[in-house]
Amino acid sequence: MRLDVKKTYKLFIGGKFPRSESGHTYELTNPKGEFVANVVLASRKDARDAVVAARAAQSGWVGATAYNRGQVLYRIAEMLEGRREQFVAEIRELTGATEIQANKEVDAAIDSWVWHAGWSDKVDSVAGSMNPVAGPFFNISTNQPTGVVAAFAPQKSSLVGLVNTIAPIIVTGNSVVVVASESLPLSAITLTEVLATSDLPGGVVNVLTGKEKDLAPWLASHQDVNAVDIEGTSDPVDLEIRAAETLKRVIRPGAFSRSGSLGSLQHILAFMEVKTVWHPKGH
Amino acid sequence: MTKNEPEAIVGGKITNLSLRRWLHSLPGVDKVGLESRAAGLGTRSIKTTSKTWALDAAIKMMDLTTLEGMDTPERVRSLCLKALTPDPTDPDCPRPAAICVYGDMVSVAKQILGKSGIYVAAVATAFPSGRASVAVKLQDTKDAVKAGADEIDMVIDRGAFLSGNYLEVYKQIQAVKNACTRADGSKAHLKVILETGELQTYDNIRRASYLAMLAGGDFIKTSTGKVTVNATIPINLLMLQAVRDWYDQTGVLIGVKPAGGIRTAKDAIKYLVVVKEVAGERWLSPDLFRFGASSLLNDVLMQRQKLKTGNYSGPDYVTVD
Repeated sequence: MRLDVKKTYKLFIGGKFPRSESGHTYELTNPKGEFVANVVLASRKDARDAVVAARAAQSGWVGATAYNRGQVLYRIAEMLEGRREQFVAEIRELTGATEIQANKEVDAAIDSWVWHAGWSDKVDSVAGSMNPVAGPFFNISTNQPTGVVAAFAPQKSSLVGLVNTIAPIIVTGNSVVVVASESLPLSAITLTEVLATSDLPGGVVNVLTGKEKDLAPWLASHQDVNAVDIEGTSDPVDLEIRAAETLKRVIRPGAFSRSGSLGSLQHILAFMEVKTVWHPKGH
Repeated sequence: MTKNEPEAIVGGKITNLSLRRWLHSLPGVDKVGLESRAAGLGTRSIKTTSKTWALDAAIKMMDLTTLEGMDTPERVRSLCLKALTPDPTDPDCPRPAAICVYGDMVSVAKQILGKSGIYVAAVATAFPSGRASVAVKLQDTKDAVKAGADEIDMVIDRGAFLSGNYLEVYKQIQAVKNACTRADGSKAHLKVILETGELQTYDNIRRASYLAMLAGGDFIKTSTGKVTVNATIPINLLMLQAVRDWYDQTGVLIGVKPAGGIRTAKDAIKYLVVVKEVAGERWLSPDLFRFGASSLLNDVLMQRQKLKTGNYSGPDYVTVD
């Protein structure tokens, strides 16, 4: 008989897998109460480090061509497909889902990546505009990514909710610090291994595990975060007040559906700013 | 002959042989011990009031530096204005000790800083390589002093040092020291850059430190910031040991200036811990310890804002230089 390998997972910050600055972990158990793994309890300093990494990565990511970003997202879908069995096993372990249900969730997650990948070079064609103005100017409105986003994945979804949180943020050139579900973090941890091997520049997605309550106030008040998606948080009013201090965009819980394989353009646009350019026409 | 004269310290007339004998009789550096002590001191956690103090101290001990070939008078002016008002949102924010620029920018910096109490330091002696004739190096120094530099950062001749020509290095430092004399007889402060990244061994760094102190440097400085390895904590520790022992032996206080590669407030605080533990609290003063840095100030300001407001700050809230 062989001994089980008791896993202790790590964080995903700046494309690397560091341990928590605090060294704290929590024990993850399945619905039967059995030990599954040790998971990092990220501290506010880990969140701060993740924001620094996200900020450093953002200019390079937005500077990549839209086509290139789409290819990277498509590559994530491919890599995720390659790890299907692991995702299915982990979803079943933590939620007690049947094999068919778990496979459906992985299908939806893969399809969501592909759906979002397609939008990278189409967002501006659909949402941008050429505005009529009274003067000899071209007047063009384009959508620009807002910058660094802090996001809280839905607490009750393993994989598809997480993917539907991350993909609409990064597809347009934002970088993200995402906090995984506290009770269902395994898919998020495995997803980091997918992200680390799929041409995504380090720091564009940073994944923290732990208690949403330990991290949310710090990320909501962090002055170098441009938007917060507070889907998976428990005290949204407090967070909105904190976010208002620095005029962050706030995406409220329930604002967008995150359970299917199709996202929404509004969800993508929620993390963008409109830039309008006046250009002289000549005569 | 008093005990502080170089001849008394070296034990005889100053020749290359006597210098060599003296420098090579210094105890060898225990590399493993030095690095582990530096690593140990680096793990110390500095919080709350100590952190507030340390951040302010780090600003007060800073030589805010711009040493680029692409420096323009406008860039130097904007750096000087930043030194005068590091954090426009906080009038209590302390000011850096000095601005460090190339010699031709001294007059520009002096115009802005005037009598503000912020010194102007100039790098001289064919910085950063030091590869020029002695006459050129001295003229470089004199020009900067004439333009109003309060402090001169000179580089030693590493080629001469590494080939064992200690007397040449010694004489050049002395000559530059003399060139620091102003018309009224007062002297600009002399910092001697050892360029530790090119000295190969810790033993050499210790020897170069002693040689610079013997020749009359007021400060010993690690690096130019222009080579791959700049200031590190073990090197800082080693140089602080040297100035501490020098003070015990001669009663003369010499300063230390690590430069290059210190970018975060966290790093700066580690250096300050080493200063306190190795040289003592006396050295926790801008007169005896300086940071040579350019991007460090913004990080320290962001940490100060975090302590003040409770919120993590970001690069949007400090000036970009």
